[in-house]
Amino acid sequence: MSAVDEQSGSTGTGAFAPRPQSRKVPAKTIVNTVIVVVGMLFLFFLLPTLTSNYWLQICTQVVVYSVVALGLALLVGRVGMVSLGQIALLALGGWVALRIGFATGLPFPLLMLAAGVMTGLFGVIIGLPALRLGGLYLALITLMAAAAISIVLQQTNFPNGGTGFLGYSITGSGTAALRRPDIAQQTEGFFRYTLIVGALMFLLAWIHVRGKPGRAWAAIRQSQPAALAGGVNITLYKLWAFALAAFMTGVMGCILAASGGGLTILQFPTQESISLLAAVFIGGVYGFSGAVVAGVFTKLVPALLDNWNLPPDLLLILFGVGVLQVLLTAPQGLAVQFPKDMAKLGRLIARPFTRGSKAKAEEAAR
Amino acid sequence: MITISDLTVQFGGVKPLDSVDVEFPVGTCGLIGPNGAGKTTFFNVLSGFVNPKSGSVMAFDTDLFAMPHYRRARWGLRRTFQTEQAIEELSVYDNVAMVHEHWGENRSQRRDDVMGALGFVGLDHLDPRSKVGVLDARDRRLVEIARAVVGRPRLVLLDEPAAGLPDEETEHLAGVIRNIPEHMGALVILVDHDMSLVQNTCSITAVLDFGKLIAAGPTAEVLRNEHVIKAYLGTEDDEL
Repeated sequence: MSAVDEQSGSTGTGAFAPRPQSRKVPAKTIVNTVIVVVGMLFLFFLLPTLTSNYWLQICTQVVVYSVVALGLALLVGRVGMVSLGQIALLALGGWVALRIGFATGLPFPLLMLAAGVMTGLFGVIIGLPALRLGGLYLALITLMAAAAISIVLQQTNFPNGGTGFLGYSITGSGTAALRRPDIAQQTEGFFRYTLIVGALMFLLAWIHVRGKPGRAWAAIRQSQPAALAGGVNITLYKLWAFALAAFMTGVMGCILAASGGGLTILQFPTQESISLLAAVFIGGVYGFSGAVVAGVFTKLVPALLDNWNLPPDLLLILFGVGVLQVLLTAPQGLAVQFPKDMAKLGRLIARPFTRGSKAKAEEAAR
Repeated sequence: MITISDLTVQFGGVKPLDSVDVEFPVGTCGLIGPNGAGKTTFFNVLSGFVNPKSGSVMAFDTDLFAMPHYRRARWGLRRTFQTEQAIEELSVYDNVAMVHEHWGENRSQRRDDVMGALGFVGLDHLDPRSKVGVLDARDRRLVEIARAVVGRPRLVLLDEPAAGLPDEETEHLAGVIRNIPEHMGALVILVDHDMSLVQNTCSITAVLDFGKLIAAGPTAEVLRNEHVIKAYLGTEDDEL
């Protein structure tokens, strides 16, 4: 105990001496927090003034797909379950939001909530096989479920203000966008709105991972018998993970429905769930920044390729190479590897200047 | 006190446990037997991972089989595994706290209970925030035992806790195991191949061989038992 007391005393948090968290906050946490805050401030205040509406719309999509990727990363990285149905759930969230949005005058936040909850329930249904199956079989079944949702949505179309249960009218304009919240009518405002909602979703996931569910998921991922022996209700926590991922995805479906000129099923090809999984692997399944990298890869990189007049199919090759590279050299993903490489590069550049204290530099390298 | 009556487990044509009747009264009890005797299956039945074909287990007047497996942990049934299963991704503290929070009681005392359990197994020198993944084999074992004793355990099943540990560390482990009944108020059942550990810790020992109970009683007596010696040497043909 003396070691603990000593250290906590030195940080001046003696009142919480027995708390393991009572020690000094690690430098890494501070750096990460600063990066996140500065990044958010930049995106919120500066980015909308620096770029055109077209790129802002792309960035809105990056935020949407980052959250979808985060849901998938939670399932894959934290619980060890692969779902290939996330893009279909995104479409479903969009459908629910449009349907309720055209039928009622509910404010936008409530629409998001409704879309999230409905999609969450559907996520639980898709997750049911996960109680019995794992690995490849689960991936296959979720992919089939996604295909089923896509086929149904292809027949029903997305609501555009028509009558009846489906809310689709052929005579209408085909697609119609969900009305945006009053405070976010313009592209700039809507991007900021999306950014805030996305940040809240990341926060929601973070709270889960740091809390009781996160610990239960870690146990399930490593060993189901050990989790059971610890009193974890595996059924509950697996379905909870699916519900959470689907909820976040559904909320973003609502955002997507209001971001452009409405939705069509062509925006949600079933195979995109597979490329999203690849992007999540490239970004990294364990961390939260990996999901942002995945969002960038899924939406920003294709737009850039298009901008440079390169064929969009190049993305698939890029993903293939990316996944291979990550699996071989950086199993924790680019989000973890990139800062490491940068730090290494920094040391390499600094080496000629610190040659005098070589031993010191070596120590720092450790 | 835990009373096992007529416990049979059948996998196809094999009976890893065959009409076992045994009682474990109090303190630390041993369960020994050659490889394949059914010791781990016995633990798996108690934990709920394997469903028995017949039989009942009454633990402190509670019918264990009436509870789903995760509820048994909340009731106070804890176990460790032959291959140590401390959760690598979590910190030492979270590993133990996790069991406590699923136990669901005594919330306000969680920190004290967890630190108490870590102290009890002799891990108070560790930074509770260090990840279990970086610990050595001994400390990981001890984290697993801390997981098994935190809160208010009633029945602690230890499956070869000394496997792979050098002698001096086994001694420390023996001390910890001996203290569980008195300090944590639980009945301990210990499965191990290390006979000196069993002798050091268990007052009562039961012996399984090919799924059948062949002896039970005070440890010293059991270890001198002719059937037990023969079962370990593999010469008792009629048991086959």
